[in-house]
Amino acid sequence: MKLLVPVKRVVDYNVKVRVKSDGSGVETANVKMSMNPFDEIAVEEAVRLKEKGIATEIIAVSIGPAACAEQIRTALAMGADRGILVEQDGVVEPLTVAKLLKAIIAKESPGLVIMGKQAIDDDMNATGQMLAALMGWSQGTFASKLTIEGDRATVIREIDGGLETVSLSLPAIITADLRLNEPRYASLPNIMKARKKPIETLKPADLGVDPTPRLTVLKVEEPPKRQAGRKVASVAELVDKLRNEAKVI
Amino acid sequence: MDPAGPEDLKLLAQGVRSFVEAELQPHEALVERLDAVPDELFREIQRKALAAGFYALNMPEEHGGGGLTSPERAVAEIEFGRVSRALGVICNRPAPILKACVGDQIETYLRPTIRGERWECFALTEPGAGSDARAIITKAVGDGDDYIINGTKQFITLAMRADYIITFAVTGVEDTPRGPRKRITAFLVDKGTPGITVTPLDVLSNRGMKSCIISFDDVRVPGRNILGAEGGGFAIAKTWIFSGRVMLAANCVGLAERAMGIAAQWANTRVAFGKPIGQFQGTSFKLADMATEIHATRLMVFDAAAKMQDGTITQREASQVNLFGSEMVGRVTDNALQILGGMGVTKDLPLERFWRDARVERIWEGTSEIHRDIISKDVLREFSA
Repeated sequence: MKLLVPVKRVVDYNVKVRVKSDGSGVETANVKMSMNPFDEIAVEEAVRLKEKGIATEIIAVSIGPAACAEQIRTALAMGADRGILVEQDGVVEPLTVAKLLKAIIAKESPGLVIMGKQAIDDDMNATGQMLAALMGWSQGTFASKLTIEGDRATVIREIDGGLETVSLSLPAIITADLRLNEPRYASLPNIMKARKKPIETLKPADLGVDPTPRLTVLKVEEPPKRQAGRKVASVAELVDKLRNEAKVI
Repeated sequence: MDPAGPEDLKLLAQGVRSFVEAELQPHEALVERLDAVPDELFREIQRKALAAGFYALNMPEEHGGGGLTSPERAVAEIEFGRVSRALGVICNRPAPILKACVGDQIETYLRPTIRGERWECFALTEPGAGSDARAIITKAVGDGDDYIINGTKQFITLAMRADYIITFAVTGVEDTPRGPRKRITAFLVDKGTPGITVTPLDVLSNRGMKSCIISFDDVRVPGRNILGAEGGGFAIAKTWIFSGRVMLAANCVGLAERAMGIAAQWANTRVAFGKPIGQFQGTSFKLADMATEIHATRLMVFDAAAKMQDGTITQREASQVNLFGSEMVGRVTDNALQILGGMGVTKDLPLERFWRDARVERIWEGTSEIHRDIISKDVLREFSA
């Protein structure tokens, strides 16, 4: 079974993000970029399925500027076999990504798509679900455990108040939650091998998809600065301030 | 060339850095406090390094090593420079001289070292012979098929951890056109051999790594444990010396970058007289100099590494990169500490340790004075009539 793992290039989780001065988005020039952490978990899960002999080939896909090749290389160093880069500058919306992935699925016929539940930049949490809808495939979102047996996948999902177990028929879309696994280090031999693994480059037009955004971002702004705290002398003063100044009790 | 290092080596740098940041750096404070790496932690890190392949990176693939080229090795060493050496050395890059192992030595010493089952230490320096390595007086005298070694080695790092010692000893004197010359031979000596005593020294730099004195008192070593040929110890050590000097400079780049990062963050956030101290030129120009000197060292390291790979590096070039890198990291850690002011000298932050650790870089792979001597002689020779 082939596995498809989409990986997104995002601002590294350690970076303190800054809003661009024109309010059109977040500054990404000269900022450290990395693979979306949830996608890293998805790659790890795919590599484990391959090690168990369930998967035969792992294809890492990234959609965005040419520099996304770096994130594909990281996936290749973790154990993916080859990469596909769909080059598109500027904003690429979840629906566009889902349509492009659908076209790639038509080309590659994977038995399973494993992807992050959401990207840490825009937190859309939409692409996996949209792709499942476009394909008419089953979906197991927010997966914290994945088991494949024959042509069925069992997914344990983290939901409010507990765990939900769902059984899906394959092919299916799985979106990875934080606790699905702990991604490995790319090992030295795999890093060296990754440099020689192939990456195919495509344009949205090659896949018959129009990447024009349908949404308009009106404004991006910093959250309001937190006010400094104050010390109070007594409980009575605290209650008074909560009641009369903050008006919360 | 890309100043950050050759483009296709980025992935390697990222890989080593994520290992260093996640598995090594978190233990720095503990190791510093104990002046030792607890055995359990040592084994745990070693196991992880072996599993990820960040072990014996510099050794040939045919023997199970990482098989890195010199530029690749330089990229990895920059990242290993970002952690205290006591922890960094657990990802052992065995002494390259071990590549001279032949026959049974390969299965007894080389391969087990690459697999992490054995540890070597490199014993050349003596109380009376540092930069002037030919001045060593440790003797190995033939006795049947064996040799009997007597003498003292000093400043031998990792001698506590090692289970065998690459020992340089005088095996005779030969006449050369330039006068008599000592025949120096390298031996593989098991540390458990009767007559060996290891005593740790208390030192300023690289706490937890332990620099030691090793004394040899009638230590019997079989002749088959000669590494290379009798009298050929320096011939096989020569290639090692160049790589040691280049990689030292690579480590200096990593340490300097880390120190600059902490200083720059501090300069951005520490407020004095109503503005962040980075807004004052006294602070900001220090950062400018650091960044520039680090960049220059990087370029020198990659130039030297490329020349090492194609075998064209000269002694002068190896000395130049060592000299510049070690003095650069001294200036950078000193200025970084200065930017942090009082906080710089507290043990709450790692700057004081960086500053102490940087100090030995100007000494241990050849002092700055020795490197200037080598470089200047070569310059004068170049322009002599």
